[in-house]
Amino acid sequence: MDPVDIGLWGVPLAILAGAIRVSTPFLFVSLGECVTERSGRINLGLEGTLIFGAMSGYAVAFETGSPFIGVAAAALSGVIFGLVHGWICKFKGVNDIAIGIALMLLGTGLAYFFGKPYIQPVAPKLPSISLGGWSDLPQVQAALQVNVLFLLGAVLAVFLWWMFRSTRVGLVIRVVGDSTDAARAMGIDADRVRLLSTAAGGALAGIAGAYLSLYYPGSWNEGVSSGQGLMAVALVIFARWNPINCFWAALLFGGAGALGPALQSVGVTEGYYLFFAAPYVLTLGLLIATSSPERAMQGAPAELSITK
Amino acid sequence: MNDFKVLSRRTFLGSSAALAGVSAMGGVLGAGSALAQTPLTVGFIYVGPKDDFGYNQAHAEGAAAVKAMPGVTVLEEENVPESIDVQNTMESMINFDGATLIFPTSFGYFNPHILELAPKFPNVRFQHAGGLWTPENPANIGSYFGYIGMGQYLNGVAAGHASVTKKIGFVAAKPIPQVVNNINSFLLGARSVDPTITCQVIFTGEWSLAVKEAEATNALCDQGCDVITCHVDGPKVVCETAAGRGAFVCGYHADQTALAGDKYLTGAEWNWAGVYTGMIETVQSGGTIDNFVRGGLAENFIKMSPLGPAVSDAGRAQFEATKAEIMAGGFAAYKGPLKDNTGVEVVPAGAALVETDVAIESIGYLVEGVLGSTS
Repeated sequence: MDPVDIGLWGVPLAILAGAIRVSTPFLFVSLGECVTERSGRINLGLEGTLIFGAMSGYAVAFETGSPFIGVAAAALSGVIFGLVHGWICKFKGVNDIAIGIALMLLGTGLAYFFGKPYIQPVAPKLPSISLGGWSDLPQVQAALQVNVLFLLGAVLAVFLWWMFRSTRVGLVIRVVGDSTDAARAMGIDADRVRLLSTAAGGALAGIAGAYLSLYYPGSWNEGVSSGQGLMAVALVIFARWNPINCFWAALLFGGAGALGPALQSVGVTEGYYLFFAAPYVLTLGLLIATSSPERAMQGAPAELSITK
Repeated sequence: MNDFKVLSRRTFLGSSAALAGVSAMGGVLGAGSALAQTPLTVGFIYVGPKDDFGYNQAHAEGAAAVKAMPGVTVLEEENVPESIDVQNTMESMINFDGATLIFPTSFGYFNPHILELAPKFPNVRFQHAGGLWTPENPANIGSYFGYIGMGQYLNGVAAGHASVTKKIGFVAAKPIPQVVNNINSFLLGARSVDPTITCQVIFTGEWSLAVKEAEATNALCDQGCDVITCHVDGPKVVCETAAGRGAFVCGYHADQTALAGDKYLTGAEWNWAGVYTGMIETVQSGGTIDNFVRGGLAENFIKMSPLGPAVSDAGRAQFEATKAEIMAGGFAAYKGPLKDNTGVEVVPAGAALVETDVAIESIGYLVEGVLGSTS
């Protein structure tokens, strides 16, 4: 198949493709953090969990030959990090933000340490589904190579939204997040709910890491994460703790990140450092646009240490 | 606070290095005492991981050759940022480990970090890869580098024969002179095959940004570039992404044949092992290393990856002929009349910039035919 000259159409195409390819780690980490924060805790350690997930997923996929076992291993390692965070934070006087930062450094350090032998080997990659068969353009076909994890993340966003709105589990998490006292009066063990919510959030962050190392960009090295785990935590606030909004925010970040390289490829080459800052400028702009001096942050769980 | 940070990291790395290389170190120390030479402690500092299939791996392979020499203790520290961190690392190598020869291998270590530290430790030799040492700089700083642009020129020759769309692509990190020279050389090599070829360049802005490198490679493929090369620290992501999109790949820094398979044309590689062991021998025999060391293909500072199966017979022939010309010395990639890509004449008719011309090491313009801008 010969490439066709698509000229300026490359920019919207790259933004679309970038939104699909780059957004998945943002999506999983932000959904995970959304669950954790709705229960009233902040886990800033997800960046460490993400990097450790990337390493363990890649290592296990390489050793077993199956990328899916790799994803499962990454999720499991995320659960362990989440449980550690949740367990330590139940003690009196422990600050969840400080523990999160400590766990972020620990996860990163451990991943670098154990990941050394896995930088060179090539692990099997996660498969993708071609949704671009209707087009003759190889560029469109390449852009619409959609990974299963992306679709799973989209479904998960809707599921979590429904869960928080209409299920008992969702209600319990929300009660714990909004008022520990009310939860106690209802006979709910708040610490246990938070422990499990943090573990679930960790699992999702681990999966996000596995996506980075097993699909896109698809290799393990120490620079594989460029801060997606940290940005996703901010993204949750930006998305007002709503899983559906997390999905759109992740798409927006993915697409904006693709803008810089795409503009250079069509000849808009001056000031590329500015275009690389697009996702951050966008966030600032949107946060300012949606902020209000009159009311408090909408949707914020009342037990969250940053809103208390 | 800084001291504490340095100590803890060094202890951590020290213990991991000890775990990894206990047998090798033992062998070296044993041989050293047998020969009863003055023990020499050498430090290597890398900006990224030393097994990145790229720049740092090339240097680490050189360090591994030094490790095998008698009477030498090798210290290595990886992932050292081009910031005050590298000064801390160098100071701790000197103060705690007694290093007297240090190879800080990243471009950005030179100014201001090495320049600040060198006057404080006059008995330590700082050998910097790529920096422009001038006689005004302290005499205990040395600068060495290879004419890797010639390797990119040969990459360009192979690319020129392989390209169908006549568009080739370059994923670049930062617009420093070495990178700019590589981009120019890649295009000029391709234009020696077909003068209508253009080269699209995308700068990612950092030495190692996996996701952005993958996005840049995809964007180049979307625009119809069918041969891709790069100048980033670890070419693994670019090679795998480009080969996955069906484009040919020219490697850089180290041999990436294993990553791109049949799509791999050739690659410009460093060959530091010979260079480093030579320098150590000079020091061990009581000599001094020259402050300004350069070399190319002929001096074994660089080498080319074996040609891949996709290189045509005509391509192979021109590749070998050009390589022989370069080996003979005095080869010029930049031949006048030559304009930059804004239309300004940079090399007048009849003039040329040969491989060894120092002007190339401060080059700032992209030549005509390169689509892109350095700012």
